[in-house]
Amino acid sequence: MDQKKHKSRVAEKKNEVVAGLKTLGTQIYNQLDQGVFPTISMPSRSTENIHYDPHLRQFVLGEKSVSRSARNIRHVKPFTQLSWAAMFSNELTTQRKTSTLRDVYYSAQAYNMTFKDQQESNNIITDLETVTGYSREDFNIFPEERSAVFGDLTIEYTVPGYEGKTLNLTSHPDGVLIGPALTSSEFASTTADKVIAIEKGGLFTRFIEENVHKKHNSLLVLTAGQAPRQTRHFIRRLHDELNLPVYIFTDGDPWGMHIAMVIISGSANAAHLRELNTPDAVWSGVWASDIVDYKLPTDPLDDVDIKRLYELQKDPRYQGDPLWQREIKTFLKIRKKAEQEAFSRYGLTYIVDEYLPTKLKETK
Amino acid sequence: MAQATFEEISASDFFYRNRDIAGFTNPSRAIFAAIRELVENSLDAAESQKIPPDVYVRLSFEGEATKDTQIYKLRVEDNGSGIQPRFIPSAFGQVLYGSKYKLKQMRGTFGLGGKMAVLYGQITTHQAAYVTSSTGQAKIYSFKLMIDIQRNRPIILDRKVQINKEQWRGTIVEFTLEGDYLRAMPKIIDYFKQTAMVNPYANLTFVDPKGRLYKFTRATTEMPEPPKETLPHPYGVDVELLQRLIQITPYKTMAEFLKYHFHRVGDITAQKFLDFSGVSPSKNPKRLSHEEIVRLMQNLKRYKDFLPPDASCLSPLGEELLRAGIEKELNPEYLVVHQRKPSTYAGHPFIIEVGIAYGGDIPKKASFVLYRFANRIPLLYDEASDVSFRVINNMNWRRYKVSPDMPIAILVHICSTKVPYKTVGKEFIADRAEVRREIANELREVSRQLQHFLSKREHVDREKKRLSIFAKYLPKIAQFSATLAGKEKLPDVDKLIKSVQKYGPEEA
Repeated sequence: MDQKKHKSRVAEKKNEVVAGLKTLGTQIYNQLDQGVFPTISMPSRSTENIHYDPHLRQFVLGEKSVSRSARNIRHVKPFTQLSWAAMFSNELTTQRKTSTLRDVYYSAQAYNMTFKDQQESNNIITDLETVTGYSREDFNIFPEERSAVFGDLTIEYTVPGYEGKTLNLTSHPDGVLIGPALTSSEFASTTADKVIAIEKGGLFTRFIEENVHKKHNSLLVLTAGQAPRQTRHFIRRLHDELNLPVYIFTDGDPWGMHIAMVIISGSANAAHLRELNTPDAVWSGVWASDIVDYKLPTDPLDDVDIKRLYELQKDPRYQGDPLWQREIKTFLKIRKKAEQEAFSRYGLTYIVDEYLPTKLKETK
Repeated sequence: MAQATFEEISASDFFYRNRDIAGFTNPSRAIFAAIRELVENSLDAAESQKIPPDVYVRLSFEGEATKDTQIYKLRVEDNGSGIQPRFIPSAFGQVLYGSKYKLKQMRGTFGLGGKMAVLYGQITTHQAAYVTSSTGQAKIYSFKLMIDIQRNRPIILDRKVQINKEQWRGTIVEFTLEGDYLRAMPKIIDYFKQTAMVNPYANLTFVDPKGRLYKFTRATTEMPEPPKETLPHPYGVDVELLQRLIQITPYKTMAEFLKYHFHRVGDITAQKFLDFSGVSPSKNPKRLSHEEIVRLMQNLKRYKDFLPPDASCLSPLGEELLRAGIEKELNPEYLVVHQRKPSTYAGHPFIIEVGIAYGGDIPKKASFVLYRFANRIPLLYDEASDVSFRVINNMNWRRYKVSPDMPIAILVHICSTKVPYKTVGKEFIADRAEVRREIANELREVSRQLQHFLSKREHVDREKKRLSIFAKYLPKIAQFSATLAGKEKLPDVDKLIKSVQKYGPEEA
């Protein structure tokens, strides 16, 4: 099988991130050294400044920017916290240590920098992302890991102690956790020709048991609900570096549909960041029309589901492919939803043997 | 047909039967009232000689009386004027005998305080009282006395004379009485503390039955000007007073009668008033009929052009002494005192003095601490009925950025030749429009100043806080950015910190 050679982005990006942080530090240092109150400006993250960019096929921040000045009594504390966060991130990145948002909250106390609560420290990290344009995972700050990957992909670690070591992602039948070590790895080789992202753990395990990775020559990614940012970035890398098409399978309800959409078009919360979405990925099911076509067992849509559907109907991300509006209308018409597990009424392997191949073909 | 019998009773008998009205309501009130009356007599006796008072009070346990009451011996010593020996028996053994029937500001008003205490002691313990006094002359006189209640006469049981080698001057009174000290204790301690507050020139010592010593030391030897005696003001007279004056007057014409017996009436005012009331200036006052006297009294009240009474008969504490007293007892963070110009109600001059104090030893409570005084006597009972309490409750404190849970004490002192007490018990001031207005105006005045202090303090606090934020964070920004930029030398942020300072360091 054809060995796809990829372009390494990992090392290159690390250097960019470190340089970016140092630039920020130098900028603040120089202002102080010249005897002026330092200021930092960054794009505004207020809702009126978040726009959907049809070319990038994701949300972006507009022209509006905000300025943080150490001269302002209300800004001086967040300004200090931001300086600290930048310094702390620089330490993490250069010393190749990882951390979590919770860690950040506590680490600040060692510097006599207290955050009022977790939310305050999270906001400062988001500020740092906005100022530098890098996501917190680039600064080695990771959320709790819960998503996983399985399939014939060999990776090469870059984390300390594992540099140069490789791992084939079929080596563990539960899948491999998409954590800092994995996301910072280079992709060495793969025989897969597609990526299948799955919302739920039960189905992910079923697919592995049923050898979907072999039958369909694919890498399986478990999003475990709404995909974490590092998982979204990981999918993007699989697509960009290995040129693999991405298919997404979720529950047949507005929430599942939106999990697919965030992988494809990103979220408004991450409008200040790039490369977290995979615009070419496709939502393969479970569609509202599948519920009708496959006569799946259903639950009625409840009030929040319906309210959500009306919201999504107006969402700019749902205006591109006519598929979205068509499926929203169908949901609203049938007033029903179905889970991925609903296919089990036709036997445990039906979804793998019948539904999956059909849908892969249909959405190719 | 039933026949009513009328029987004449003596003044002693009257008060014996009505001791409630003099404040001897129950065993706990009685012990408080006895101490209070004697201490006030002592303070008056010293002040009349312009001597800073030294008053020593000792209450000692003598034995159980009933289930709830005990017998105590009360001893009060002062360094006052002393009493001439011939007056001593009457001064302590005859109710309503005293020097308090002229018009000047005095602590007591009925002339029965000390006597009532002695009378109460005699009624409850059947023992004699001992009075020792000297005016500083060659001899010291000691009397052992009881009161003949029916005849309102002193009975002298013993009399001793000593040579006054050390030229001692003052009075010592000692007698036993029944009471309930444990229940009275909080009020008694309050009484001494508050008395010390408005008598900052006095030394007060109290030894209680448990042997505990309470000492209130003077903060100054300055004393207020003693009050002068004055004639009655035309607005304040009644028919009774007019008749008495007519009886004793040596003057043969109405013009002279008015001029020499009334306050602020001269030739011209007398002339104009007599024109106004249609009475001949040459008429002999003794020839006035009862109807004419009543009409004269009505006209005196109706005539608009009498000059207001002057306040020389009053002896307010003055702002300086008030300040000294409050500072001594409350040690406040901020204090403003104010004295209003004299005013009058019904022909009686009065002066209101007010203090408002913040912080220090003043406790934080749900409401302000109110200290009420009348002619330098603390008023400790029936606070809620007092005009000051009502004025305070009706004030819009929010206007002054003041809330009742702040540690604030308000002191109101009224001095008058006739304090408008609501009851004979002399515990609270009646709600008279003139008095209420003066108190309200004065409270507004001091509250404005308190507001000014509070807002300035708040402003300075805010500035301090603001500065401390910059002082806290700028060095950290310097440290973090230097580390991040890889620089050894920290940028100097002192200038930046100084530049945000709005006040000089001495002000902040």
